[in-house]
Amino acid sequence: MKRESLVWMAIMLIGATALVGRAAFTSKGMGRQYVHAVSGPDGQIRQYEPATQAEYQRAVVANPNQTEYQLSMPRTIGLWVAAFFTLAIFSFLYRDNPFYRIAEAMLVGVSAAYWMVVGFWDVLVPNLLGKIWPALVQSWAMPGLSGPEAARNLWYIAPLLLGIMLLWRLSPKGAWIARWPLAFVIGTTAGLRMIGFLHGDFLAQIRSSIVPLVVITTSAFDPWQSLRNLIVVSAVLCSLVYFFFSFEHTGVVGKAARVGMWVLMITFGASFGYTVMGRIALLAIRIEFLLDDWLWLIDPIHRRAVAIGFRIALGF
Amino acid sequence: MRDFITQQWWLLVVIVASLAPLVARFVSKGVLSTLRTLDRRWIFLLMAWAVLVPIYYIGVTGQTFPEVPSALARATFDEIEKLREGDPILLSFDYDPGTEGELSPMATAFVKHAAEKNLKMYFMALWPIAPQMIDNATDKVIKADYPNLVYGWDYVNLGYKSGYEAVIKVIVTNLRELYTTDSRGTALQDIPMMQGIENIQQMKLIIEVSSGYPGTKEWVQYGVTPFPDRIRLVAGTTGVQATTLYPYIPGQLAGLLGAIKGAAEYEKLVIDKYGGPHPDPKYLDALRRMGPQLVAHLLIILLIAVANILFFLDKRQEARR
Repeated sequence: MKRESLVWMAIMLIGATALVGRAAFTSKGMGRQYVHAVSGPDGQIRQYEPATQAEYQRAVVANPNQTEYQLSMPRTIGLWVAAFFTLAIFSFLYRDNPFYRIAEAMLVGVSAAYWMVVGFWDVLVPNLLGKIWPALVQSWAMPGLSGPEAARNLWYIAPLLLGIMLLWRLSPKGAWIARWPLAFVIGTTAGLRMIGFLHGDFLAQIRSSIVPLVVITTSAFDPWQSLRNLIVVSAVLCSLVYFFFSFEHTGVVGKAARVGMWVLMITFGASFGYTVMGRIALLAIRIEFLLDDWLWLIDPIHRRAVAIGFRIALGF
Repeated sequence: MRDFITQQWWLLVVIVASLAPLVARFVSKGVLSTLRTLDRRWIFLLMAWAVLVPIYYIGVTGQTFPEVPSALARATFDEIEKLREGDPILLSFDYDPGTEGELSPMATAFVKHAAEKNLKMYFMALWPIAPQMIDNATDKVIKADYPNLVYGWDYVNLGYKSGYEAVIKVIVTNLRELYTTDSRGTALQDIPMMQGIENIQQMKLIIEVSSGYPGTKEWVQYGVTPFPDRIRLVAGTTGVQATTLYPYIPGQLAGLLGAIKGAAEYEKLVIDKYGGPHPDPKYLDALRRMGPQLVAHLLIILLIAVANILFFLDKRQEARR
């Protein structure tokens, strides 16, 4: 075995032993999830909602035989699986490895299945089948489907036919049939987006850029607003000049283009800064998850602090 | 800080031990030579410590960094603040677990603010996983701290609809064309707060928490722009798309919270007004996450500076040759 593999195996074994030891044999514990049973008016348990360890401890102290708050094994296993996959994805930073590939394949598979199921139940059933066969959908899948929204609308046969034609692509013969609905989708999307961009971006942005360079308020000249407007207008014009390639970028045009380039650079810098901030926030929440939810090393929102306080007060 | 170091000495030992091989290399091969050939994995490790240590410190001590709200955060806050009790607002949560770190603090703060103002909240989603984000926010805020707010009377989750911008385009004029039931399968006619709601032009404000496409840009293009006098929009977005949305302010977008920084500023405004003397720490998520931001940004600035110095040193050496 290579030295590097040996070192990694030793680190993983030590880590796993420490985790099992902390989880099973220390008073602090780690990585457990609790639930709270919610009962209906008839006293029957309707559902289980997440609960904190503090709530569980409080309930146990009040009544050691209580069953309202319980350790949830499915949620606990889910938490450990989430921690494993988080570490598996992080492991790619060191090198590509089987754990990373398992996590990646799992993510892709689960996402695809989830999208399919959600698309079927949230869109196809209520918005297509529910419009064409409302009574059938009501008796089979959506008992709550009623009222004017549940009225039969046979116009929806057209999207149903287009959908079937789109799926024809999978057939060995007549794949060309799928091109018709595809053309419809592309045409509709292009038209919709063109209007959206023309109206919401192109025209609206031109209107927003036409601002007074000398701002006079009710009382007097406003130098800061005037300067701000001047910067906005100059930045827009200079950035446009930078993309104006019909003239050589020399003289006044060259200087304006150079200012435009600086404006663009500042924009890219701001974008990069914001992107960095976003990525660090994403890393932070995963580390917070590992330290708080899984390892119980920190407790920023006091989910266990009360329990610890109880334990200290009661001497266990 | 001294107490923290004394009590958590083991963390210092782990950090020093993990970086010992790098220090040894600095000593044996020289600083410049090591930096020129620095393995990117050392940078990953440094970044991990730069994020982990502040999270651990803040998690143990409970301290947060001071935050000064910017004009944009204040504008967002004021838009909600000026609404009256019972006004209907639409909250479109268009994000998934991938950007939860940045956006869930905003979502939580928006829901708390709306609950404090006793506004009628209509939740919807254009992302398939976003209904769970809605449930998270309502469980965390409404169910836990505002048990007086009743589902169907004070807030409703309309759930997810596919169709991207087409959904916005339709519900702007006819909400019931797409939404026949809420996310629980209850018919809209059986939901008291849906009585008389035909389209989203009836909303006093739209609050959009957006992670990408479809998101704030589509709400501006297909919601606000065609009806500028009837629809007002504020948004909380990821840092990646924040700069693309600035041009819409203030004409098409009344307020914008950009990334975790915007969330922290807005969180402060909400907590200062409605948090009481001892605010619940679950409403301080963004303020807590500004700690790792500070240290990680300092590290990145340092790395950029070092890389530039090395670049210019190498260039000068080449010129001398």
